[in-house]
Amino acid sequence: MSRIGKIARRTFLIGSAAVVGGVAFGYYMYKRDPHNPLLNDLGPDQAALTPYVKIDETGITLITPRADKGQGAYSVQAALLAEELDVRLDQIRVDPGVPHPAYYNTALSHEAVPFLPTDDGMVAETARGVADAVMKFIGMQITGGSTTVPDGYEKLRMAGAVARETLKRVVHDQTGIHMTRLRTQDGMVITPDGTEYPYTTLAAQAAQTDLVTSVELRDPSQWRILGKPMQRIDTVAKSTGTQTYGIDVELDGILHAAVKINPHLGGALDGFDDAAARTMRGVIDVLPVTGGVAVVADNTWRAFQAVDAVECQWGQSPLPATMDGHWTAIEAAFVEEKRDSTNRDLGDCDAALATGDALQATYRAPYLVHAPLEPVNATVLVGDGRVDVWTGTQIPRFVQNNVAKIAGVEPDQVHVHVLMMGGSFGHRLEDDVVRQAAEIAVAHRGRPIKLTYTREEDVTHDYPRPLAMARAQGQISDGGIKTVDLQISSPSVMGSQLGRQGFPAAGPDAQIVAGAWEQPFAIENYRVRGYKPDLATPISSWRSVGASQNAFFHESFFDELCHAAGVDPVAERLRLCDHDDSRQVIQAAAEMANWGADLGPNRAQGFAFCMSFGVPVAEVVQISQTDQGIKLDAVFVAADVGKVLDPVNFENLVQGGVLWGLGHAIMGETTYTDGAMDQNNFDSFESLRLYQTPQISVLGLELGARVRGIGEPPVPPAAPALANAIFALTGQRLREMPFQKFVDFA
Amino acid sequence: MKLTVDGRAFDVDVEPEMPLLWVLRDELDIKGVKYGCGIAACGACTVHIDGVAVRSCQTAVGDVDGPVTTINGLGQPDALHAVQAAWVEHQVAQCGYCQSGQIMQAADLLAAIPDPTDTDIDDYMSGNLCRCGTYPRIRAAIKTAAKTLQEG
Repeated sequence: MSRIGKIARRTFLIGSAAVVGGVAFGYYMYKRDPHNPLLNDLGPDQAALTPYVKIDETGITLITPRADKGQGAYSVQAALLAEELDVRLDQIRVDPGVPHPAYYNTALSHEAVPFLPTDDGMVAETARGVADAVMKFIGMQITGGSTTVPDGYEKLRMAGAVARETLKRVVHDQTGIHMTRLRTQDGMVITPDGTEYPYTTLAAQAAQTDLVTSVELRDPSQWRILGKPMQRIDTVAKSTGTQTYGIDVELDGILHAAVKINPHLGGALDGFDDAAARTMRGVIDVLPVTGGVAVVADNTWRAFQAVDAVECQWGQSPLPATMDGHWTAIEAAFVEEKRDSTNRDLGDCDAALATGDALQATYRAPYLVHAPLEPVNATVLVGDGRVDVWTGTQIPRFVQNNVAKIAGVEPDQVHVHVLMMGGSFGHRLEDDVVRQAAEIAVAHRGRPIKLTYTREEDVTHDYPRPLAMARAQGQISDGGIKTVDLQISSPSVMGSQLGRQGFPAAGPDAQIVAGAWEQPFAIENYRVRGYKPDLATPISSWRSVGASQNAFFHESFFDELCHAAGVDPVAERLRLCDHDDSRQVIQAAAEMANWGADLGPNRAQGFAFCMSFGVPVAEVVQISQTDQGIKLDAVFVAADVGKVLDPVNFENLVQGGVLWGLGHAIMGETTYTDGAMDQNNFDSFESLRLYQTPQISVLGLELGARVRGIGEPPVPPAAPALANAIFALTGQRLREMPFQKFVDFA
Repeated sequence: MKLTVDGRAFDVDVEPEMPLLWVLRDELDIKGVKYGCGIAACGACTVHIDGVAVRSCQTAVGDVDGPVTTINGLGQPDALHAVQAAWVEHQVAQCGYCQSGQIMQAADLLAAIPDPTDTDIDDYMSGNLCRCGTYPRIRAAIKTAAKTLQEG
């Protein structure tokens, strides 16, 4: 405990420091902020005021270290900065910046710590502080876990405020006018007589001026940009074909590459015959790369055609030959030696269940690929003493280090240019496409190599969500739920993912039980245990990670128990809920859907709730039975993120998250035979279409003290809300996804 | 081989079986046209030939028998086509990667059916995949664009 005590005091101090985004305090080695990376490449007449704002005579650039994979990260980060800096969104440029350890992501580590997100007590905050320190030490510049907003909410506004006040100090130093009499607007400091000093003309002097760090953030009631509908900065480009994604990189002398990787995961390349491929038009080279072979050509399609013509002898995969083998490994882990966590343990489940009257159920969730619409790609140029990488990535720091090793240079010689991503959903937390592009580029020094995966390679070598199984036991008494005992077996995403980056993941993986263990219900006997099977399938984070399947388990079983007890699922949740904000979210969704009203013949509704990434979300799904099958009619969603920073984008992301959850619950499934994926494109891996899309009504609540992201939390309740609606409609309880294996959909 | 794309004439030296998609992207540097699946299952590569929406990933360049219009030729950031203006107004895009194809498909729909019903929209647009799930906004934007075009 003494160690905890010490760390608690440090954490408190650093906690205070964290709000001044990027300004160093430096009590301990790995808590000291790394130096400001922007200072490295500044000219003599440029000034870097904080790591997030760069101003020179040509304009104002906001450095947005969290990558944009379609969720509007650039816009919201720019808005956070602009709100305090007093610039208009159309006055600024946005640059994802250079990968640098100064941009560690503090909010992400909060998800790695097993304390309830509703718990702001000292021990929980302490543990989060320790995780923060580890993140800083590793220098994780990662976009993920819906952390862009929580990570940047104070840091970016404070960066904007510090920059603004420092620019005012420059004018104060020049004019002698007291800083309280200076105001700022539209990128200018304005004196009482109306003289305007554009920030751009003050930049050089600002570099010589001490930072003003004692600033107060504006009250949300004074906001001009945040909290109001705003136009995302990428909207016009994305409506006119002028947005440049990684796949669109064009450089002088660029060559196009394609790969064919052993479809049997983990299997070797035993040999290949490239005789036919080498005679094909435009082919420049055929070479082995990690996992398979690559073709370099003068055109992407020619590279695709030629790599298809290379005949490869593939080694076998170490994975189970059939899906039964995968499931056997999952089931075998329900033993004490494989227990990974018991993060929730209220009352005494063992004693309660000993009476033998338990309701039991087993649930399953399949592997699922991410399949973002832009296939993964990377362009690498190996030059003299410098390597350039252009790619859409959520892990630029890992990319920098991995490419440095492949090219035999120091990490600071690798320049990673992060480009807009055509979706990710977690796929761009992986970097094998970049590594392979680097291997090819090393063999073709001086020529930019753009490696584009075919859709088939993108899908079959994606790292899916793991399959998972839950064994649930429960009891009812006195017309309500008395006992919930959930056991969840699923391979460790964090172990697989971090293992590929050379970081052994120590300790339990909270994602195995995320979305189930931390739910705000005071059930008399309530236990959630996670089990970690031995299964080497390379897996990864998939939009909402563990909660994407665990909410299905938890909320479906909750519904089963409500049905058994003869109680209303909404009323029962309200009875058991011990978190006021979550209670309001549950009530709001029920009111929006007019829960309890008679929907008429052949119609039904289902309810589900999940708190994930600290965001309570409740969803009601309404369906009807048609001649063609079950039709999705309407979805009502209430979510509490503390502050809704951009109402338009918020609604769009919630609707998209709901559709992601519903679509995959209905039809999404990834399977393997002999370690090779059985689906390879959008014909065999189906995806929700416009005609299947219900009306989706969204309500953003502003209850919680912390500001949270919304990219992932709408996903988890969608599947169980639909399953519960299907039960209400048909009496058929679906305990396995995808649902179309069991019922027809219109 | 002669091609007219977005009002410009080109002479390209490629295999006639090369898909129009890759001629546009790699030979003519028209990057608004996107590669998504290569098998006409997602619609990201949709362009117009003689005003009709086609999947350029499944159209051999040798079979192109009319002028090609891409998203880059439909309108520009400072001179938006009505469909593009509606896409901006409704802020349809999330990642945006599918939206070139969605917009080209929607422009074709509105040329064929100026006042589409919900069923018309479902029928015309369901070949275009959006993994981000922007479908509710696509529906709304098409209705706005229909109104603009009819009033216009």
